[in-house]
Amino acid sequence: MKSSPLAIRCHQLTKTYPGKPPVEAVRGIDLEIPVGECFGLLGPNGAGKTSTMEILEGLSTATSGDVEILGQRWGEADRSIRERIGVSLQETNLTDKLTVGEIVRLFRSFFARGLTVEQAICQVALQEKEHTRFGKLSGGQKQRLAIACALVGDPEILFLDEPTTGLDPQSRRQLWEVISGFKSAGRTVVLTTHYMDEAERLCDRVAIVDQGQVIALGSPRQLISQLGSEHVLEPTWQGPLPPESELARLPSVTKVWHEDGRLALSVAEPHRALPALLDYTRQSQRELSSLTTRHATLEDVFVTLTGRHLRDGAQSAS
Amino acid sequence: MSHRLTPLIELTRARIKEFFREPAAIFWVYGFPLIMAISLGIAFRERPKTQITVDLVPRGEESAADDLREALAADGRFTVQVLSDDSWRRRLRDGKTDLVIRPPSPDSPKDSTSPWELWQEPRRAESLFARQAVENVLLKQRGATPPPLQDHELSEAGSRYIDFLVPGLLGINLMGGGLFGVGFVLVDMRVKKLLKRFLATPLRHRDFLMSVILSRLLFMLPEICALLGLSWLLFGVGIQGSVLSLIGVILLGGFAFAGLGLLIASRATTLETASGLLNLVMLPMYVLSGVFFSSERFPATLQPFIRLLPLTALNDALRGVMLEGLSLGDLWRPVVTLIGWGAVSFAIALRIFRW
Repeated sequence: MKSSPLAIRCHQLTKTYPGKPPVEAVRGIDLEIPVGECFGLLGPNGAGKTSTMEILEGLSTATSGDVEILGQRWGEADRSIRERIGVSLQETNLTDKLTVGEIVRLFRSFFARGLTVEQAICQVALQEKEHTRFGKLSGGQKQRLAIACALVGDPEILFLDEPTTGLDPQSRRQLWEVISGFKSAGRTVVLTTHYMDEAERLCDRVAIVDQGQVIALGSPRQLISQLGSEHVLEPTWQGPLPPESELARLPSVTKVWHEDGRLALSVAEPHRALPALLDYTRQSQRELSSLTTRHATLEDVFVTLTGRHLRDGAQSAS
Repeated sequence: MSHRLTPLIELTRARIKEFFREPAAIFWVYGFPLIMAISLGIAFRERPKTQITVDLVPRGEESAADDLREALAADGRFTVQVLSDDSWRRRLRDGKTDLVIRPPSPDSPKDSTSPWELWQEPRRAESLFARQAVENVLLKQRGATPPPLQDHELSEAGSRYIDFLVPGLLGINLMGGGLFGVGFVLVDMRVKKLLKRFLATPLRHRDFLMSVILSRLLFMLPEICALLGLSWLLFGVGIQGSVLSLIGVILLGGFAFAGLGLLIASRATTLETASGLLNLVMLPMYVLSGVFFSSERFPATLQPFIRLLPLTALNDALRGVMLEGLSLGDLWRPVVTLIGWGAVSFAIALRIFRW
């Protein structure tokens, strides 16, 4: 990892928005993202993901800290950096009256070099919509067009802020393919998301961001294995919930927590924990109404780190 | 007595609170109509007595003119301006005077049949009223043998009300186009985050802003041609000066108002703020800058301020070229005013512009 050159390096990044009281959106973030990596910033709304992205993209200035993009700094080589990055904002309403082809052509004109309009449209599989106006596109198609506009300058780094928020599963999968394609060409991707499955699927490494700070950093696999157990049992019973302490004593159970009014058990070896759980249920004269087992996800990592769910976080605007 | 909350009262209370917490709304509901009423009131202010402005243009030394002036002055309703040059035509056209009286030339035979010329603008009620009033005074003065009166209208192209109006309409078109076409469009793009999206590309700010202004000027072209073409076809409104000077003035006007539009758009983050600011800038000029009636109707103390407004400068320059055939050099004062507005607005806007 040390040998590969860095696409992005930032050190002790902070961003405070003036106000009463001032909002500390970013509180000292350090990142080192090597070339060729797909890096994800994960966290609930208002965690500071978008603020961090906008500083990296040169759209807003950090209150303090140091940012290097491809070895260059904002304020010194802005145009040169912008020629080398592609950006897709959280939401952009491009002009309703222009067609897909016209919009991509417009963005192509901003860059000294890059893909042809056809190539960019082809990369996001919108060939059939080339002559359709932006206003007539579906949400997923609009988002793919936004990415085509980011790709048309043939960037070395692609920044995607919540690329699949609000999209249906099929559109999300199509976008993932576009992003994987870009990554497999050896380019760097930085994306924010609050979908854990998206991060697990796409990202080589993720930083879990909460309240303006990175609270966990590593590959999705590493972060999940840090839970100590890779399986989760989610039993529900009729009647009142059993005490957590009793479940925590069961063999192979490493952690018990509440989730949406139910209990979830982090388990290292399901084949030992499951019979014990069933025995406990019978002995305490309860009746199971459902029982699911699944692999632990980044969501579980977030919950165990913060005690909150990713979607809870409606504290402040992102 | 229970203190139950009734929806009607609570909703009304909430609505009133909302209203008063929105300063812009208060201005538009209360402030603006007041300002409008006051400015129009000043322009068409009720004089102590009904005041009629009359120009007396003697054709040589003549006691008849002096007699009439004394008679009119004695009447008290008249403000008499004695002029010896040809400026009365413009004064009548621009609505600065209601009626022009030209007594018969002293060289003409001294019989009482030589007519008095009364020049009026028949499209204006004041002019018709002034004519009746003057006729009455003449009748009273001359008793049973009134002098023959000969009515004249300013009807040759270049001196009618429509000739006065068309440059004014061109002026407000340029103002509206520049302010809304640049200001509103930019704020709309900011609201849609399109400005931010553009900022994230290597696009040069200069190129972007120039494109907004250039496209606006291009949109204006057919508008201007239609207005000038139609008023020429329908009313015979022509251009006395050179077309090149007219194009120059139009470009300067476009430049000044595009600059102002850019300045207004430089910080506004909602369309409501933007349209409020744009109207705030535009509406006073509609009233003050001599679109539909001469700005000289406003009191002399306001004139230095009114002269400085960009729309006044533009209207003056357009009328100078179209009606009087003046060149840009002759019109240096409004030309410099327009350049000043454009340059200062651009300089400030580019400094404070938020993407």
